[in-house]
Amino acid sequence: MNLLCRIPPRRYWFAVCLGWVLCCCGWGAAGAQPGEPVPGESLPGPPGGLEGVDHPGDNGTAIDLRWSLSIDDRAEFKPRRVKGYRLERRALPSVAGGSEADSSTDETQVFELPYGVGQFVDRQCVPGRSYQYRLWAVGPGGESAVVETAGPVTPRRQWFDGTRTGFALLLLAICGAVIWFTERAKRGKSLHVREIAALRAMREAVGRATEMGRPCLFIPGIEDMNEIATVAGVAILSHVAETAADYQAEIVVPTTRSLVMTAAQEAVWGAYLKADRADDYRPDRIYYVSDEQFAYVAHVTGYMVREKPAACFYTGVFYAESLIFAETGNSVGAIQIAGTSEATQLPFFVAGCDYTLMGEELFAASAYLTREPQQLGSLKGQDAGKVLAVVLLLAGCLLATAVEVWPGWDPPVNALRWLTGRLLGGG
Amino acid sequence: MLRNTIPWLIAACAGSVIIAAYFVPSAQGWQDTIGQWFEVLASFAFVLGGVNLAMQNLQKISAREPGWGYAAVTLMSFLVTLGVGLFKVGVPADSSGSRWGGSYQAEGSAFWWLYEYAYNPTISTIFALLAFYVASAAFRAFRWKNTEATLLLATAFIVLLGRTYAGAVLTSAIPEEYSAFTFPGLTTLIMGVVNTAGQRAIMIGIALGVAATSLKVLLGINRSYLGSGDG
Repeated sequence: MNLLCRIPPRRYWFAVCLGWVLCCCGWGAAGAQPGEPVPGESLPGPPGGLEGVDHPGDNGTAIDLRWSLSIDDRAEFKPRRVKGYRLERRALPSVAGGSEADSSTDETQVFELPYGVGQFVDRQCVPGRSYQYRLWAVGPGGESAVVETAGPVTPRRQWFDGTRTGFALLLLAICGAVIWFTERAKRGKSLHVREIAALRAMREAVGRATEMGRPCLFIPGIEDMNEIATVAGVAILSHVAETAADYQAEIVVPTTRSLVMTAAQEAVWGAYLKADRADDYRPDRIYYVSDEQFAYVAHVTGYMVREKPAACFYTGVFYAESLIFAETGNSVGAIQIAGTSEATQLPFFVAGCDYTLMGEELFAASAYLTREPQQLGSLKGQDAGKVLAVVLLLAGCLLATAVEVWPGWDPPVNALRWLTGRLLGGG
Repeated sequence: MLRNTIPWLIAACAGSVIIAAYFVPSAQGWQDTIGQWFEVLASFAFVLGGVNLAMQNLQKISAREPGWGYAAVTLMSFLVTLGVGLFKVGVPADSSGSRWGGSYQAEGSAFWWLYEYAYNPTISTIFALLAFYVASAAFRAFRWKNTEATLLLATAFIVLLGRTYAGAVLTSAIPEEYSAFTFPGLTTLIMGVVNTAGQRAIMIGIALGVAATSLKVLLGINRSYLGSGDG
């Protein structure tokens, strides 16, 4: 039996009429445009205390705005009496001359914000220009009474980004330690540096190439000179080239970037001069191939297979080509030494090469090879940075554990927030 | 002085400005300016690279060195690509009816054709070689020769199985509350805890190394990359 059959005829007509009336009301409400007052709906209460201040630690393009929510902006009101907020920004004509503020005309901009939000950062300001803000709560019945900022707000450029204070302190601590240990080393304080097998093996590798009468192949990565790992790679090249010059071995350096080629030519030329073998220097052995990753790979692997270098050095930035180089070098029987700043490529070098410089060892190579006191001092500075990192890690672990064990105790929560948000979060 | 000190001074000034711009909001524009200078310099270096490439290959051809034919192919490919790009060969006409207004990379142009049908398949072929190299490297690295290699082999075995359906099926009999002991569970543990801890330790070391090396470059302690020959 269907539903209509259950309803008595009088009640049936009453239900139809009630449905018609409800549909008409719903249509009318749906037909109203957003923001327009809906008949029968009261206006929402206005938000309160609109305050605008210059955003701290920026280049003068942002203003922070705060207000207290409308009295009708509550989650328990269903349907919601406040649909959102409308914030209007009016740029005031500039009175100060000679700045970028003069170039703008008087303009108004409106931001539509969701309900339940009592703050907003306006990041589209012109430094030095004054702005006046007005705010309304918007409900189904229309807009509330307007509230305004007490006066115009002017964003200013700051001299220091306060959100990066923690990072600046860490940087100062690490750089200070490097400089302090370097100065100590200059004054003759002896410094011990542990053995790095890969760097010790470099001389042996060049010696092997000399004995076999085959060239040494040096790849300074595939990135440009703006990468510090490439700079570290070229610094290692100068020491390998000096050994090669000393042993009268041939060194070949194909590059992916023209600037790296120029830097590598200068480094090798300097090394040959230092070894007093300037006549043996061949600039055509340090050449540009291609900026394209796999075009370069094709050339280098082709060279390896044809010329069979006895020693291959890979130092710098590497991506997918790391394993292709390492495996091709392995297949031609070369002794291979690699080092990269790309942590994801280290496993491939470890699998394919005889020696691998892990992580910071690449950056320590120049100091290790020259044994210059100044450079060795910088290594000690790096170690001080590691001690600082360990202390911060331990502090973070202890605080995070304390937060879990004593959830209601505020000090560890605040300390952890300061550590992760202020000290480490600014970088 | 010209070969060593002036380049170091330029590097030190540019580096100092970039560091300062990171902390001083009003100097943030300077960082962009230095970036633009680098782009300009790199553009000039492109010409330098092109000249070097041409000279190297011409030298090989003229001296009839072994494999000079490859040098000829390289030089011809270089010149053809340069030519069709510069002269916009086959570029469809733009709205004004001129082909000079269209992009040299536009679909249907000779440059586009070379890229799509000559360059792209070639680099894809070279990239595909990685599959074989991964297999040969894994075969060598995972041999059962000492304790460390055995540990590596066992870990790799678990992770490989945990990343496949076979791993889930093989350990499907383990109850839900012991899911950490299934192959996928062990894989998550190894990758999320052990591997991440190791990776982060290496990355902290790299970050400190980058900071120290940058400082050495800024202070001129290490100038071997400039070819000074004094370390």
